Amino acid sequence: MMQRNLPGRLPAMAAIFAAAFFSCAGYSQDMKSFEQRITTKVLPNGLTILICERPEAPVFSYSTFIDAGDVDDPSGESGLAHMFEHLAFKGTSQIGTTDYAAEKVALDKVEAANNALEAELRNPAGANAQKVAELKKSFDDAQKAALKFVVPNQFTEVAERNGAHGLNAQTGLDETTYFWSMPENRLELWAWLESSRLVDTVPREFYKERSVVEEERHMRTDSNPEGRLIEQLLATAFVAHNYGRSGVGWPSELSQITATEAMAFHKKYYVGSNIVVSVVGDVKASEAMPVLEKYFGKVPGGPKPLEMTTVEPKQFAEKRVVIREQTQPFYVEGYHRPNYRDPDDAVFDAIQDIMSNGRVARLYRSLVRDQQIAADAEGFSPFPGDKYPGLFAFYAVPVPGKTPDQMATAIHKEIDRLKTTDVTDGELAMYKTRARADLLRGLANNQGLANALAEYQTRYGDWRELFRQLDRVDKVTKADIRRVANQTFIASNRTVAEIDTAATASAAAGQAAPAKNEGGQK
Amino acid sequence: MKSSDQLSVFSGQWFSRFACVLLGGALALSVMPRVCAQENKPWEKIPIPQLHQFKPQQPKRVALKNGIVLFLQEDHELPFVSGSVLIPGGSRDEDAAKCGLVDLYGQTWRTSGTEKLNGDAMDDLLEAKAAHIETGGDLDSTALSWESLKADKDQVYDLAMDLLFHPKFDQQKLRLAQQQDATGIVRRNDDEGQIAGREAMKLVYGADSPYARQPELSTISKVTVADLQAWHDRSLGGKLIVAVSGDFDSAAMEAKLRATFEKLPTAKPNPPNQYKVAGPTPGVYFVNKEDVNQSNVQIVGVGLDRHNPDVPSVAMMNDVFGGGFSSRLFQTVRTRYGLAYAVGGGLSFAWDHPGTFDATVMPRSDKTVEAIQRSFDVMTSLVSQPFTEDELKRAKDNILNSFLFRYDTKAKVLAERVRLEFYGYPPDYLETYKAALEKVTVADLNAAAKKYIHPDKYAVLVVGNKSEINPGLDTLKMGPVHDIDITIPGTSGGGGGGAEKEQ
Repeated sequence: MMQRNLPGRLPAMAAIFAAAFFSCAGYSQDMKSFEQRITTKVLPNGLTILICERPEAPVFSYSTFIDAGDVDDPSGESGLAHMFEHLAFKGTSQIGTTDYAAEKVALDKVEAANNALEAELRNPAGANAQKVAELKKSFDDAQKAALKFVVPNQFTEVAERNGAHGLNAQTGLDETTYFWSMPENRLELWAWLESSRLVDTVPREFYKERSVVEEERHMRTDSNPEGRLIEQLLATAFVAHNYGRSGVGWPSELSQITATEAMAFHKKYYVGSNIVVSVVGDVKASEAMPVLEKYFGKVPGGPKPLEMTTVEPKQFAEKRVVIREQTQPFYVEGYHRPNYRDPDDAVFDAIQDIMSNGRVARLYRSLVRDQQIAADAEGFSPFPGDKYPGLFAFYAVPVPGKTPDQMATAIHKEIDRLKTTDVTDGELAMYKTRARADLLRGLANNQGLANALAEYQTRYGDWRELFRQLDRVDKVTKADIRRVANQTFIASNRTVAEIDTAATASAAAGQAAPAKNEGGQK
Repeated sequence: MKSSDQLSVFSGQWFSRFACVLLGGALALSVMPRVCAQENKPWEKIPIPQLHQFKPQQPKRVALKNGIVLFLQEDHELPFVSGSVLIPGGSRDEDAAKCGLVDLYGQTWRTSGTEKLNGDAMDDLLEAKAAHIETGGDLDSTALSWESLKADKDQVYDLAMDLLFHPKFDQQKLRLAQQQDATGIVRRNDDEGQIAGREAMKLVYGADSPYARQPELSTISKVTVADLQAWHDRSLGGKLIVAVSGDFDSAAMEAKLRATFEKLPTAKPNPPNQYKVAGPTPGVYFVNKEDVNQSNVQIVGVGLDRHNPDVPSVAMMNDVFGGGFSSRLFQTVRTRYGLAYAVGGGLSFAWDHPGTFDATVMPRSDKTVEAIQRSFDVMTSLVSQPFTEDELKRAKDNILNSFLFRYDTKAKVLAERVRLEFYGYPPDYLETYKAALEKVTVADLNAAAKKYIHPDKYAVLVVGNKSEINPGLDTLKMGPVHDIDITIPGTSGGGGGGAEKEQ
C-alpha cells in the first residue's frame, strides 16, 4: 500500500487502437464493441459505477478512483492523503475489532493523549522534559488500551483468504486509487469490503502506521539518491503550487499528522461525487449492478469538493539545484507545461515519443549511441501530475567520466533541433502508429483496463475519451511540435537539478553546495 | 495523456530499484495480544457461489525429431502475434574471467543486427510498425523474442529468424554495451537496496559462485566480438524452445515454424547443472553507507530446489512466516511494532538449484538492532511455537483461493508450459502441486520448520549508516561484526567513486 508511484494514465491507453488497423470506419467498430460491454451508472449519492464485461477467465479486477491526492493536503499537513490511504486498510467498525463500542472510547483517549503530548512538544517556551515523559507514557498506555480490541490486519486477511491478488493502493498527488483482482464468485464479498472501508473507516493503530509511513519516506526519498534529487527538483520548480511539496510529506509535517486530521480529509473528499468504481472481468452487468448499488449506495453524498485553486505563477528565471554527495552524477531538468486538458496535450506526448521512445529516439541516438556520453537519456511528461500544470522534464545518466554539464549541453542541442527544424514525416507517423498500438495492447488486461476506465471517467466524465484521444493524436502536426517546443523549452522556464559527485561524504558536507553560475540560455 | 509520479517516472534501468518488499508473516503467537472471539462476522454471511467453469486453454506442443520443442497458443482477442526462442545456457555458464559476457551478448546481438540489416536499420523498420524484436541474457538462458501487429507478422518473423541464424556482432555495438555496463558497475554502490541484494547473494552462495559473482570493469573489458560469436554458435546448438502466441491460425503457424526449425541438426543435451551451494558462514556482516537514515537488513541462508518433495509444505510455512499482511513477520515487525514499511521473507525455490532463505527488514537506523531481534524472535517461533490449525487454514485459503491467477490468461499458461519444459518438469506440474498444497497438514508445517528453519545458521547483513545505528550491532551479541569492503575495483573512489576515471 502503499507505493506512491502512480503509473497514472496507462500510456496512451489501450483503446484507440482499432482505427488504423481495422477499418476506414475509424475506431467506431471498436468503440461499439466497448459500448456493448460497458455499463455505467451514477448512484443517487453521486458515485459512479462502471462495469466492463470481459469473461476471459473467472476473475475480475477493480479500481476505486478517488479524485483527491496529496495535492489536496491542507497547508502544514503534507502527506495526509497518503496517510489516510494507509488507514483505509485498517478495518471498520465491523472488521478488525472485537468490540467497537469499547474501542471507540479507547481511540478517543488515544487522540486526547496525543494532542496533549503534541501540545507540550510544541510549547513555544520549550518542552518540559518531565512533562513530556509523563505525557508520552499516557499516550503509550492509551495506545495499548486501544490495541486490546484490535484484530490486526483483518481487513486484508479476509481479502487475501478470499483470493485477492495484487492487493494494493497508490496515492499520487492528483488521486488515490485502491485495487486488486479476485475470483468472480467473490464479487459481493468484495463489494462489502470495499464499500465498508470507504464509508466506515476507523482511525485504528493510526500512530503506529504513521511510523510505518515515515519508514516509507526514509526508503523512497531520504535513502535514495534519485529520490532526494527529485524532491529538490520539484521543491525548486514550483514556488506556489502544491506540486512542489513532498507528496509523502515533509518530515516534520508527516510526523505530526493526527488521526483527527486524517478523518477530516476522509469526510471532505471521500464523498460519492468524488469517487468512481470500475470493475472489469467475468461479471454480468445485469446481475452485478444491483449488488454494487446496494453496497456503494451507502457512501455519503454531498457536493464535489472544491478543486485546489492555486495557480503556479509564470517562471521568469532559470533555477538550479546542485547536490554534492558521494553518489554518481546525474542530470535532470524540467520546464513548466499546461495540464492534460490543454489542446496541446497530445503535442507534448508526440515530443516525448520522438525524443525518448526506444532506440530510434533522438536522445538515445545522440547521447547514448553517437556521442556515447550517457547510458540513458529521456524526456518525460507530465510530471509530477497531470491534473494541474506540471513539468516536461529530461534526464540523462552520464557514463563514467562524463559530467552533468555535458548532459545539459547535449540535451539542449536536441531541444534546439526540435525548435528550428521540423521533425520528419517518418517520426510523426511513428508516434501516431505507436500510440495506437500501445493503447490496443493495454486492452487485454483486466486491472490495467479497470484503472484506465476509472481514470478517464473521472478526468473527462466519460470513459469513451479513452478511445477518442486518438483524434487528438492524429491531429498533431510538425508545426505544432515546433511551436510547442519554442513556447516551452526556454531557459527562463527551466529548473535544473543535478548530482555532482563528491569524493567523500565529509567533503560533500563541507562544501555546502555553493550556487553554480547560472547557465543562461544555451 | 500520461502521468507519472516521482517514483515511477524513471522507468528505465537506472530507476528500476524502487521495488518494495511487501511480503508478510502471520501472528507471532508469543507477542500478539490475545483477542476475544469476534461474535459478529458479517462477511462470513455473504454467499460465495460456485466459481464459473474454467478450463485454461493449453498451448499445442510439437516435439520435433531434432529435440526442438514448439508451443502454439492461439489468442484472437487482439490483433497481435508474439513469439520467443529460449536458448539453454546463461551467465552461470560463462567464463568467470569474462563475467558479464552473457549480458553483453544479450545487448549486442540485437543492436548489431544481421548481415542484411544492421541493428539501427532494424530499429527504424520495426518502430515504424510499432513492432519489436529483442534479445537478452539471463542466469541460465538467453532468448530472442518478437512482437508485432498481425498484419506485419510474416515480415517480423523473417527478420527475427534472420537475427537468430545470421547475426553479425559489431565491434562498436559491443563497445556501447560495455560502456553501459561499466556505468552500472560504477553506480552499483549508490543504492542501499542494490548493495544489500548483491552482498546477500554472495553470503549465501559464495562470492565467486556463478549465482553471486558480479561483473567488474576488468572482466567486461576482456570480452571480444569473437567471444560473442562463439557463445552464439555454441548455444544455438542446444535444445531450443520456440513459443508463439496471438492472432494466428495454428496449422499455418506450425507449418511455418517447422519449415524453419525442422532442418536444424539434432540438439545437444543441456549440460548438467553441478554447482554446489556452500551456505553462509553465520555472523553479522556490515556495509557502511553514510548517506542513508534507514538500514537494509537481510537475514539469509540456503533455500530449496523445487524438485524437493517438501516444497508444498514449505510454501505453506512461508505464507505463515512472511507471505502477506497476516504473516507472523509482517504482523510483528510492521503492524505491532511499526518498525518498518518493507518487511517480508521466506525460503525461495529455484527450478534447478537451491534458492535462498531471506528475511528482509528496512527499519530506521536507530531501530536496526530491535528490528533484527524481532525478526529472529519470529524465526525462532516457527520452530518453538507449533503451528495451529487456524494458521494452516489461513495459509491454504491465501494460496489456494488465488491459485487461479497463475493461469488466468493464455499468456501465463504458455509461459508456465515453456518454463516446465525448459527445466524438465511434467506438463501437469501446476495441478499436482496444487493437489499437494491441499494435503499439507499442521504436522507437515512443524516438520518443515524443524528441517529448514535454522536461525543459528543464518548470516545477518546490514547496510546502513554506522553513525546512526545506536545501539550498535555489537549489542546483538552474535559475535564480531564483519565489515564488508565494497570498493569497486578499477575506480578511485571508495563507496561510490570512480566518476573521474574513464574506462
